[in-house]
Amino acid sequence: MTEPRLEHSAPAIDVQDLHKSFGENEVLKGIDFHVDQGQVVCVIGPSGSGKSTLLKCVNLLEQPTSGRIFVEGIEITDPDIDVDKVRSRIGMVFQQFNLFPHLTVLRNLTIAQQRVRGRGKAEAVEIARRNLVKVGLAEREDAYPAHLSGGQQQRVAIARALSMEPDMMLFDEPTSALDPELVGDVLDVMKDLASEGMTMMVVTHEMGFAREVGDKLVFMDDGVIVEEGLPADVLSHPQHERTKSFLSKVL
Amino acid sequence: MAMSPRKRAQVFRLVQYAVLVVGLVVVVLVLDWGTIRRAFFRTDVIAEMFPDVITTALKNTIIYSISGFTFGLILGLVLALMRLSSVGPYRWMATAFIEFFRGIPALVVFIALAFGVPLAFPGRVIPGGILGTVTLALGIVGGAYMAETIRAGIQAVPKGQMEAARSLGMSHSRAMISIVIPQAFRIILPPLTNELILLTKDSSLMYIIGLAGADRELTKYGRETMNTFNSMTGLIIVGLLYLVITVPLSIVVRRLEAKAEKAR
Repeated sequence: MTEPRLEHSAPAIDVQDLHKSFGENEVLKGIDFHVDQGQVVCVIGPSGSGKSTLLKCVNLLEQPTSGRIFVEGIEITDPDIDVDKVRSRIGMVFQQFNLFPHLTVLRNLTIAQQRVRGRGKAEAVEIARRNLVKVGLAEREDAYPAHLSGGQQQRVAIARALSMEPDMMLFDEPTSALDPELVGDVLDVMKDLASEGMTMMVVTHEMGFAREVGDKLVFMDDGVIVEEGLPADVLSHPQHERTKSFLSKVL
Repeated sequence: MAMSPRKRAQVFRLVQYAVLVVGLVVVVLVLDWGTIRRAFFRTDVIAEMFPDVITTALKNTIIYSISGFTFGLILGLVLALMRLSSVGPYRWMATAFIEFFRGIPALVVFIALAFGVPLAFPGRVIPGGILGTVTLALGIVGGAYMAETIRAGIQAVPKGQMEAARSLGMSHSRAMISIVIPQAFRIILPPLTNELILLTKDSSLMYIIGLAGADRELTKYGRETMNTFNSMTGLIIVGLLYLVITVPLSIVVRRLEAKAEKAR
């Protein structure tokens, strides 16, 4: 699990004074936080608090208005950086799965490996199959996304991100669009990933997952981080009024 | 006499059928079938037309339509991508092109290309001879229409598809080519097939550029036959041959639309 990484001492993700505005509307108002190697950081907060925007800034799907973001010690907000290369090392899982509906499950997993990583077909297929086994969907490789349940689609989406062999994974409310009975399968896959030492940043409403798996819990509201700490501490003994009032509504 | 609404509807429908039958009988009895056959279905003219009308005219109509459509599709895709570009001048140029060629009659475009261009640039010719001119003319007109369809199709692909592709490290153009455009074309397959039907019919306007001999398409061929034999038979046959192309395409469009409806 301890393969040598670039600048091992650097945090996996380091966000410094991040601001993001959409026109007049300032969504992120100065965010400072970091995720260490192998850490699972969960981000909670009311909708509109900026947590999804923060996540999308980390792989530059949203361009920060100001501030700096370092991924494994490299500043990705540097204008000279190869954004595509940065993104290919950061896996992302979306609330709406975003599988490619015109491609089979297997092709969903191999296309970026071949087009971006430049892997040969045989190698890409082998890696894809390994990851499908991991998420428990080995026998569905020829299916199209429309023929899978939401939970299955999300597990395929996780396998798709893993097939790029990323250094870290971002999850944007991965279970929010799922029927309640399908949430467990997806969370199980994420727990496995965490136990393998994957660095993860998870925007979620699953407090149970945050408590059980998370190394750190961040509570955001109105574009700022209100408080952060060990999940059990924040959930059981919130320090701020806003955290208390949010938790009283969701717990 | 009181009738239930249902009974009344039945009687009313019966009356409609009766009027129809009486009307048909009158038409059949009154019409001079001999004259009609001589005007519209002269068997000697029909015999004279085959097989040329198929091997030359129908073949050319199909070739002109398909090559014009293909060029129009490529042009339309380029224009659509220009319309969606973040570079202002590209957007303006595409918009101007689309508005211009959708706004003026197709016939004017054809005349301009066939006769205007040689006047404007003496000694220069549009490459590819007749087929080149026809392809360019039909492609420009078709492309201007298809550009807007393609643009709408690209915009109908959910934003999350581009985000997912980018998050896997694909460049913007790679994501467009591999992920967004294939999905856009699935969405717009029915309207694009409609455009092919329209272009097939527009290819008839090409008779204006003076197609002769082996270059004649259906309309030109039908017109010549009409003049030679002093009978409308030629045009009737040609009209039917257009339907041989367009009706199956219409059926395909309807199937595609039904399928798309089901998949929704």
